[in-house]
Amino acid sequence: MSAATHPSDRYYVPHGTHWPILGSIGLFLITGGFAMWLNRVPAGKWIAWTGAAILAVMLFGWFGEVIKESVKGLYNDQVDKSFRWGMAWFIFSEVAFFAAFFGALFYARQLAVPWLAGEGNNFYTNVLLWPEFENAWPTSGPAGQPFETIPAWGVPALNTAILLTSGVTITIAHHMLRANKRLALKIWLAATFLLGFIFLGFQAEEYVHAYRDLGLRLDSAGIYGSTFFMLTGFHGLHVLIGSIMLFVVWLRVMRGHFTPERHFAFEAVAWYWHFVDVVWLGLFIFVYWL
Amino acid sequence: MSTTAIDVHAGHHHPKGVWPWIMRWVTTTNHKDIGTLYLTFSLVMLFVGGALAWVIRAELWEPGMQFVQPHVFNQMTTVHALVMVFAAIMPAFAGFANWMIPMLIGAPDMALPRLNNWSFWLLPFATGLLILTFFLPGGAPAAGWTMYPPLVLQQGASLPFSIFAVHLLGLSSIMASINIIVTIMNMRAPGMSLMKMPMFCWTWLITAYLIIIAMPVLAGAVTMLLTDQFFGTSFFSAAGGGDPVMYQHIFWFFGHPEVYIIILPAFGIISQVIPAFSRKPLFGYAAMVYATAAIAFLSLIVWAHHMFTVGMPLGGQLFFMLSTMLIAIPTGVKVFNWTATMWRGSLTFETPMLFALGFLFMFTIGGFSGLMLAIAPADFQYHDSYFVVAHFHYVLVPGALFGAFAGAYYWLPKWTGVMYDEKLGRWHFWLSTIFVNLTFFPQHFLGLAGMPRRIPDYAVQFADFNMMSSIGAFGFGAAQLLFVWIVIKAVRGKGEKAADKPWEGAEGLEWTVPSPAPHHTFDTPPVIK
Ligand SMILES: [Cu+2]
Repeated sequence: MSAATHPSDRYYVPHGTHWPILGSIGLFLITGGFAMWLNRVPAGKWIAWTGAAILAVMLFGWFGEVIKESVKGLYNDQVDKSFRWGMAWFIFSEVAFFAAFFGALFYARQLAVPWLAGEGNNFYTNVLLWPEFENAWPTSGPAGQPFETIPAWGVPALNTAILLTSGVTITIAHHMLRANKRLALKIWLAATFLLGFIFLGFQAEEYVHAYRDLGLRLDSAGIYGSTFFMLTGFHGLHVLIGSIMLFVVWLRVMRGHFTPERHFAFEAVAWYWHFVDVVWLGLFIFVYWL
Repeated sequence: MSTTAIDVHAGHHHPKGVWPWIMRWVTTTNHKDIGTLYLTFSLVMLFVGGALAWVIRAELWEPGMQFVQPHVFNQMTTVHALVMVFAAIMPAFAGFANWMIPMLIGAPDMALPRLNNWSFWLLPFATGLLILTFFLPGGAPAAGWTMYPPLVLQQGASLPFSIFAVHLLGLSSIMASINIIVTIMNMRAPGMSLMKMPMFCWTWLITAYLIIIAMPVLAGAVTMLLTDQFFGTSFFSAAGGGDPVMYQHIFWFFGHPEVYIIILPAFGIISQVIPAFSRKPLFGYAAMVYATAAIAFLSLIVWAHHMFTVGMPLGGQLFFMLSTMLIAIPTGVKVFNWTATMWRGSLTFETPMLFALGFLFMFTIGGFSGLMLAIAPADFQYHDSYFVVAHFHYVLVPGALFGAFAGAYYWLPKWTGVMYDEKLGRWHFWLSTIFVNLTFFPQHFLGLAGMPRRIPDYAVQFADFNMMSSIGAFGFGAAQLLFVWIVIKAVRGKGEKAADKPWEGAEGLEWTVPSPAPHHTFDTPPVIK
């Protein structure tokens, strides 16, 4: 079926695809290899990296094929809408993933630590386990090492400003796209992913600072360190993914992709970016500030 | 508006040679192919999980240690549960969703066909990762499917493998769920409003939402297990200010909705089958929709009823006890409406209807024992006993699995184009029903008498009921071979040619197309009355 005879009001049924099975093999090798690595099998490392390479090939190939079809105009409004719904609910599932770690933070802070310190009917828990332990936050627990936290109103506040600004710049870029002002679009979009990478740079610097100077470590700062690094780490990973996606969308803009009417990929990445932004606000408030 | 499906791979549906045949199934984007893959995979895994259950029942045949070491026994119970939940039952219903939802709503295919392929093709790899652990030092995971720390952190090399298997299984079901939501939201034929959708689509839509809420939380929970074990975090270690009970909260926030993820699609199938063989429309359709939504919502706020004995403030116990009991109301609405559908209907008892009725009676038994377990002070007695095992197996086997059988017999003529062997089907039903009750009913008594679950040996006073249970389990497993035979016969076209609508009282778009359904169902949008 050629594109020319493909009226846009028809449903597009894609032909068979090799990408998913490649993705499955890639993920199987990544996870299996990583599990071997964790079990101290040296080969595991290389198996995992091989899997990562296969997954990268699959992502390039799959997205490349979809972009090609999209540029050819094979996708009608219904397909566009399916993509939109799909992305929206994918982000929703990501929210649920972060909710697990925020839940752990709230539970530890509001319940587990006070209970360990003898609150409620847990007097004997405290007396029998760690009578010296007192309820406090942040804490590394009764057997953890002392540490210091990163003050909220230093780099984290700056990072908040950076991400919020990037939320504004991508919105401006979207308006420029819809107004078909391509040069402004390129500039504002570039500003967005550059802000993303700057954010990541600051985060990396803060991690080094935390490990080197503050004693804030994954393995010795107890429940505070666990929730801190898990939440900021997964958030940082999402910023990285988001920035890369923004960069890819920018490359596509440079190649002349997207029209003022049709630019699903742009909007999907923008949604994702706003989601990452909102998660950061939660982090800033509950991990750094309060 | 025309939404004509364009058959871009017409002419290569039946490739010659082994490799092209394999690649056809590996690369397919057709919802019926993928549905078939899901159903076949789940049937195979049903027997894998069943074989593990047989080892358990053989060991429990009589008191004392017979066949396996306690550690192997623990691997059996753990992997049996993981395989049945994630690799047998969930994929079975995903198979039904793939095959039927596009047909039921008048769509040409699923909304995201390539993603659909990936949802399935992650499964064998994820399950492989899990099964491979049997060959590792220390064997397969053995700390129970709930993977509670600190016990789970004390097992051998299998921990990261089983955690990653759970990640991949979760990814697969999240992608399948997104696809189902998008298909139902965006692909309905013109005129197919939400409140005209067959109940099966409704229950799956709500299930899909539960999956995308609950599965990521499980992924988070097991990720924390991984970092606790290998990266020195203290989420579940009191020494670092964490709490092992916190794991249980996060796990069961997933775990309880999971129960409904498993049973709601079965509710949907039953809601299709009972009206068809009662020759009456479903009683109280709207109430059924709202009841399903209410069950799903409530299922998100009841999780700690699995944890009444771990130590929780009184307020928490009361809240989780009462919210759990509240679920009986919408569930009662459903059971009442199924019964009312049959009231003064002109009933016939073909195999799908037999399984639906078996479901209705025996799922309700499981529901009632669930109510007993919901009563916190009573649960202190029942907790971790065989009563719990009896309860959830009544919900899962004559509940979810019978629901799947009802659906399989109901739609087999549409899938294969021939009528299955009705006589053998009835044999399958009666043998399954007798043996499933023989297996699980005595377990109620064992639990009430104090036999704990997950043990390879037991006191002599439990011997008789255990032997009955083992006989039942062997019989039930053997009876399922009959099902395989019936399906193989139908797939090979041995049987009476099926009409487009083989069931007199059946309603729905799937019966307006030929049997077997063509590779692409609706080339033009069907007319919805
Ligand atoms: Cu529950």
